[in-house]
Amino acid sequence: MTVIDSRKTPLTFDSIAPGVGLAAALKLSRSDLIATLAASNLRGRGGAGFPTATKWNLAAAAKVSEGECKFVVCNADEGEPGTFKDRVLLTEYAPLVLEGMTIAARAIGATRGILYLRGEYVYLRPPLDAELARLRRAGALGRNIGGLAGFDFDIEIRMGAGAYVCGEETALIESLEGQRGEPRNRPPFPVDTGFRDQPTVVNNVETLATVTAIFANGPEAFRALGSERSAGFKLFSVSGDCDAPGVYEFPLGLTLRELLEKVGGTNAKAVQVGGASGVCVPAKAFDRRLAFEDVATGGSIIVFGPHRDMLAVAKNFMEFFREESCGQCTPCREGNHKLLEGILMLERGECSTAYLRELCLLGETMQLASKCGLGQSSPNAFLSIVEHFPEEVLGRSFAAAGGER
Amino acid sequence: MLVGSQQKLQDDIRALVERHGRTRDALLPILQDLQATQSCVPDFAMQVVADELGLHPAEVYGVVSFYAFLDHRPRGRFVMRLCRTISCELARTAPVARQLENELGIAFGETTRDGRFTLEWAACLGLCDQGPALLVNDRVYTKVTPDRVHAIVEDCRKVFGAHAAQPSAPSAPVHPAAHPQPALAAAKG
Repeated sequence: MTVIDSRKTPLTFDSIAPGVGLAAALKLSRSDLIATLAASNLRGRGGAGFPTATKWNLAAAAKVSEGECKFVVCNADEGEPGTFKDRVLLTEYAPLVLEGMTIAARAIGATRGILYLRGEYVYLRPPLDAELARLRRAGALGRNIGGLAGFDFDIEIRMGAGAYVCGEETALIESLEGQRGEPRNRPPFPVDTGFRDQPTVVNNVETLATVTAIFANGPEAFRALGSERSAGFKLFSVSGDCDAPGVYEFPLGLTLRELLEKVGGTNAKAVQVGGASGVCVPAKAFDRRLAFEDVATGGSIIVFGPHRDMLAVAKNFMEFFREESCGQCTPCREGNHKLLEGILMLERGECSTAYLRELCLLGETMQLASKCGLGQSSPNAFLSIVEHFPEEVLGRSFAAAGGER
Repeated sequence: MLVGSQQKLQDDIRALVERHGRTRDALLPILQDLQATQSCVPDFAMQVVADELGLHPAEVYGVVSFYAFLDHRPRGRFVMRLCRTISCELARTAPVARQLENELGIAFGETTRDGRFTLEWAACLGLCDQGPALLVNDRVYTKVTPDRVHAIVEDCRKVFGAHAAQPSAPSAPVHPAAHPQPALAAAKG
């Protein structure tokens, strides 16, 4: 398979030989293993930023039903618009991802791993299957891994079927169980009631690869990078109006302005951070930091040049959410529909300020009342675009609606 | 559906159930394999799968109708999915979309009468730095321009012709790998 070359900076992962992280982790007792990870201050790389060691601790302490086992799930359902770092990791650094799963299994005492690969990445499956077979032959998967008596773990690949919402961990588990991908109420959380109601750790692809890097290089090296509350390096998927779109590695905590200088997008008028569910940051706020304490992100950066129509951007995102809402809860199912309707009114230049205010209130209701992250975050882009570009969205003429994007 | 082919489909489904297991969590892999080999999950197949797994057929229909990659209506041999997400849109998806419609003579969401091509929109394909991106079955095309569309369609026609000449292809065992696919390659540029 030809590798689609998306990497634009050297990655920390380049310097890590397969097997080193796992070997280092298996030398530790299970509690030391989690303590080492906790010392790195790693937070989940999917976007939510939950401390990985806390998640593992909870799953390690949880009880398993008779005849069942614990599970490690790798969330490779990378569906957030503008995100493609997991594709790069699964193509070029798959051993590190699978090692990360094995380390997680050791930490929580899981015997089964599942890599949930999105349907759109079907072409990654054959090389991943080959890699799994290689690891089994090398004794890095299977029974008594690394010579540790009783440490049995294997990984299977399950394909997604084209549903964005399945990136939400409980929807992903529903999908694994053969159900519609509708998110569950939380609590109970997957760490004690996950796949088949057993303790399950669901981690993002990048989180797992980073775990391997932390064990290979030590937690101090990781914590030395980034800011106080956002430790370490992070991959960024950069697309849109810049000179060099692609995957970049930066320490967390850098400003948007610094990032735009690196990617050649300094004349941008706005940047969408965190994909469709993220927020739109206008040029005057480019000094904000990409970190969990400021603008949190799973790494999606979409750059908009000076000539872009921001209402068209909001429309594209809202069409996406109307399509991808699972339809289970009312705020999300009806709200996205209503917001899109409102955007079409704005586009035709038929929306009063009073109605726009109503739409914004509806957006806030959705943020509060939706059941899962999809509906809670889908109004973000619309609300931030209305807030920062009111002069662009109001009072449009019909001709402007058909104008060049 | 003819009784013979119905019987065949039933046997194929039983083989799939044997392979994936008779539990609810085997449902999605079974349906995905059916989609890959039959180009759809017909109503009759949903009934058989439900019987085999001890589910109500409505449960199976609920799952089939939920996922974008499963369909109860027959899809084309080649499913062309054009990414409609913003990064690709910024890279000008619209002319590519228009030209795909022109070359195939169908609109998005439709299948050509000969059953060869289905044209669909995809949510983000994860190729945002390479847009506009097009996924044809399991083959990726990046930085697609309208003038390349004809060649892409012709690529598919050639593959179809080659496999149509093999009499064994239609009755191949139910396994996705046995289903004729274009060569696995993520073509660049």
